[in-house]
Amino acid sequence: MNSFSLNGRETPFETGETILEVAEKNGVNIPSLCRLKGVEPIGNCGVCVVEADGTHVLSCSTPVHQGMKVRTQTPAIVAARKERIKALLDSGNHNCAIGSAGSKSWSTFQQTVQRSDGSAELCPAWGDCRLQDLAYEYQVSGGRAALSTRTYPRESDAPLIIRDYSRCIRCGRCVAACNEIQVNAAIHADFLSADPELMPGKAYPVAKDNCVYCGECVQACPVGALVEKKARYHYRPWKAKKIRTTCPYCGVGCQQLLHVVDDRIVKVTGVEDGSPNMGRLCVKGRFGYDFIYSEERLKTPLIRNDDGSFREATWDEALGLVVDRFKQIIRDHGPDAMAGVSCARSINEDSYQMMKFFRAVIGTNNIDHCART
Amino acid sequence: MFMVIGSNMTEAHPVAATFVKNAVQNGARLILVDPRAHGLADFAELHVPIRVGSDIAFLNGLMHVLIKEDLYDKQFIQSCTMDFDALRQCVAAYPPERAAEIAGIPVDMVIDTARRIASVRPMMLCYTLGITEHTCGKNNVMSIANLQMLLGNMGMECGGVNPLRGQNNVQGACDMGALPNVFCGYQSVTIPEIRAKFEKAWGVDKLPDKVGLMIPQMMEGLVSKKIRGFYIFGENLANTEPDIRKVEHELASAEFLVVQDIFQNETTKFAHVILPAAAWSENDGTFTNSERRVNRVRTASPPPGAARPNWWIFRELAIRMGQTWTSASACELWDDEISVLAPNLSGVKYRRIEANGLQWPCPTENHSGTCFLHKDGQFTCGLGKFKSVEWTPPAEEPDEKYPLVLSTGRRLYHYHTRTQTGRCEGLNDLLGEETADISPADAGIMGVAHNEMIRVKSRRGEVTVKARVTGEVPKGMVWMAFHFREGNANWLTNPAYDPETLTAEYKACAVAIEKI
Ligand code: SF4
Ligand code: SF4
Ligand code: SF4
Repeated sequence: MNSFSLNGRETPFETGETILEVAEKNGVNIPSLCRLKGVEPIGNCGVCVVEADGTHVLSCSTPVHQGMKVRTQTPAIVAARKERIKALLDSGNHNCAIGSAGSKSWSTFQQTVQRSDGSAELCPAWGDCRLQDLAYEYQVSGGRAALSTRTYPRESDAPLIIRDYSRCIRCGRCVAACNEIQVNAAIHADFLSADPELMPGKAYPVAKDNCVYCGECVQACPVGALVEKKARYHYRPWKAKKIRTTCPYCGVGCQQLLHVVDDRIVKVTGVEDGSPNMGRLCVKGRFGYDFIYSEERLKTPLIRNDDGSFREATWDEALGLVVDRFKQIIRDHGPDAMAGVSCARSINEDSYQMMKFFRAVIGTNNIDHCART
Repeated sequence: MFMVIGSNMTEAHPVAATFVKNAVQNGARLILVDPRAHGLADFAELHVPIRVGSDIAFLNGLMHVLIKEDLYDKQFIQSCTMDFDALRQCVAAYPPERAAEIAGIPVDMVIDTARRIASVRPMMLCYTLGITEHTCGKNNVMSIANLQMLLGNMGMECGGVNPLRGQNNVQGACDMGALPNVFCGYQSVTIPEIRAKFEKAWGVDKLPDKVGLMIPQMMEGLVSKKIRGFYIFGENLANTEPDIRKVEHELASAEFLVVQDIFQNETTKFAHVILPAAAWSENDGTFTNSERRVNRVRTASPPPGAARPNWWIFRELAIRMGQTWTSASACELWDDEISVLAPNLSGVKYRRIEANGLQWPCPTENHSGTCFLHKDGQFTCGLGKFKSVEWTPPAEEPDEKYPLVLSTGRRLYHYHTRTQTGRCEGLNDLLGEETADISPADAGIMGVAHNEMIRVKSRRGEVTVKARVTGEVPKGMVWMAFHFREGNANWLTNPAYDPETLTAEYKACAVAIEKI
C-alpha cells in the first residue's frame, strides 16, 4: 500500500491525491483561502504552503508520492503563511480590527475605506471572513498599504449582489464557482491577474449578460468582496443560528442552511456536501426566502360578508362555520358533494392529513392536487 | 449520455442542470430534444428541434430505426420485458420519413439521433412537463419508457427515465395519497383489505370505496352542483388552470368554498372562509424530491398573527367533526402514521433523516434507501411491459385564424403565480413582467420590434404583453409563462385534457399575434 510521512506519522494515500486532500482525510488542518472542493486547485492564495522533502510547496496542488516526508506546521512554514496573510491583508480594504492592530494611523485608513465602500461601518463580512479568521489565528496585522492611492467604488447597481473589489484577494474561487460549478460563464478570470481599472468593461466586477444570480460566487467568496445585498449589515454572523432545511421551490429539493437571527431568516446558503445539491443553490433557493415576512401575509381567519368583502374572525368562529356547512352539505347531498385540492408545495404531513380528513372524516375520495402540472 | 426531452432544466431545475453541465464538461454527451433552443442547447452535441406535440412520432421514429438497424438490446427484451412484438408492429408505421415530417426536422436527424443514442450505454432520459402537459401526456410517457426499455437502459445508475418534478413536493403529495384513487403509499382505495387496514388504523367504520374525482371534474362539478363544498389548500387555481375565464366562473359557482393559504390571491377572492396557514419555514415536516428522497423541513420562525400550521387546522376540523386525532406534530404524524401505513416508507423515520434524507422504497429501519428503481431489470409488476402508442396531434392545431402555437412554462426568476417570489426583494427587479417570446422570423413578418407591446389572442381570450424576440424560439411558436396575472398565458391556454390523467394541454394551443 502507498504511504508517506505526514508530520512524522506513516499515512496511507491513493495515487493522485494531493497533500491537502490526504491531510484533510486524516484530520490534519492545513489552511487555504482559494481551494474550492470539486474543482481543480487554483493555487492563488499561497496559504496552504507546507514542507515536502525539505522544500516549500503548495499542498493543494502537489500530489503525494511514495515515501514523501511532509510537515505542515514548522516555524518556517508558519512564518511563510504569516507573510502571505499579511500580503493579502495589505492588498485591499481589510479594515477589520485585527488587520489594523499596531497601526499608526487607524483613522486615516478608516476614512479611506469609507470613501471607497461608502459605508460607515467595518467590513460587512466582519465575523464571517476566512482571511480575518486566519489573521487572528496566525496573529498577523496589516491591511492598509497603498490604500490612499486608489479606491474602487463598490458596485451595487446589480440586483441582489454587491461587488466590492477593494476587498478582493483575487483568490479565484468566484471564477471557479461560476464557470466550473454552476457553469454559467459569467465571471471573467482576467481580473485575477490585472488591475481592473486597466481593463474597463472586462474585469471585475464582471457579471456579464450570462449572470443568472445564483449567488454561488457569493457563497464561494472567502472575504467581503462579494456580499448579499439583502443580508449586508443586517446581522452579525456570529449571532445567526444555522438551521438545515429543504428548498420550497422546485423538485430538486436542495438542502439549505437558513441563517436565522431573532426568528428571522437573514441569509440562505447551500449545505456543503449535502445531497442532492452539494452546496449549490439557484436564485430562488438562495434569495427567495423573504416572502414569509411580507406584510400581506394572512394573519387571521376571514369570513366573507354578503357584499363580497371579508371580515376578520376568530379560529373558533371560522372553524365552527366550516364544520357546520360541511356537515350540512354532507347531510343534504352526501359526502361525494364535497371535494378537496391539496397542495404540492406543502409538507408531506399536510397532504397526508388532508387526504385523511377527506377520506376518514368527510367520507369521500374526491381529493386531488395538481400532480400533473 | 443524457437525452433531455421537453425540459428546460436551466430555468425550471437550475441546480439539476448544473450537474448535467458538469457532466458534459467532463465528457458526457447530451442530446436535447425540444422545440426551443434554451439554455442547455449550448451544451448539447445535438439539438433536435421537434415541433410542439410531435414527441411520440419522433420517439416512434427513433425506435423504428433502432429496430431496423438492429441497434436494440435483445437480451434485455427477452429476459425482462413483454409485448415487444406489438411495439415492433406499431413503430413499423413510423419510418424516419414520416417521423421527420410530423416533427418538422430533417430525415437524417432522426436516423442520426437513433444511432447516437444506441452508441453509448447507459443513457439517462430526463423529461419534464413538456412531455406530460399534452392531451397525449400519458402516451408520451409510455413512449419514453418504451425507448429506454428497447435500449436496455433500465435499472442502472445513470440510466432509466428521470422525470423532474415541477414543484418541490409533487412527489410527496402523490406519495401521501392526495389522489382520488389511492391512500398513501399508492394503496388502492378499491381493494377491501387495504381499506380495512386504514379503517382500523384511523378508527373509522367505513371508508369510501369508489375512486373520486380529479381537479377538472371537481371544477366542472361546481357548476353542475354535483360538488357543493370545495376545500382548496394552497393552490392558486384561478391563475394556474387553463382558461382563466372558465375557471373563475367555476370557482364563483361554488356553494361553499374554503381556502387555506398564506396570502390573499386570485382564488381567495371566491372563498367563503379563508384560513391563514403557516408557511414553509414556519413548519416542521418533510418534502420528497424528484429522486424520491424524503428530506426534513425545519422551523425557523413562528407564523405571523393567528396563522397556524396546516396539521393543526386539519386536526381541529377533524376533532370538531367528532374524531379523535392524536398525532400532534409532524414528527408524530410521520413516525406513528405515515411510515406505518405506507410499506415503501416504513424504514423512513425522523431520526434517520436528520442529515441527508432517505430515498424510498425503504421498507425497513435498517434499509439504506433505493437510488434507482427496477434494478437489474426487476420491474415492480414483473416484466417491463411495452405499451405501444400512436401519435396524436394536439387538440388545437394552428389554422388560418390562429396560425401560431403557444407553449408555456416557467422562468428562472419566478415561481408559479408569484404569490411567493413576487414578494421577495430583488426577484422582481430581475423579471418584472410577462413577455411573449417570439422568433426573429415571425417578428420580422409582423414588423414587431423587441420589447414592443403586442396582443396575443386565442379562442378563449387575449392578453397584451411585451414581445421578447429571441432565437430560442422557432418560427411559428409563441412561448409564455404564467407568473404574472397581467399577460398570464392561462387566459389563452386550452382546457383540453389527457383522457386518463386529465392533465391539461398547457404546452400547445393555437394563437395569433397582433401589432397594437
Ligand atoms: S451569481 Fe451565479 S451566475 Fe452570477 S456571477 Fe455569481 S456565480 Fe456567476
Ligand atoms: S471576489 Fe471573492 S472569491 Fe472572487 S477572487 Fe475576489 S476574493 Fe476571491
Ligand atoms: S435551490 Fe433552485 S434548484 Fe434547488 S430546489 Fe430550490 S428552486 Fe430547485
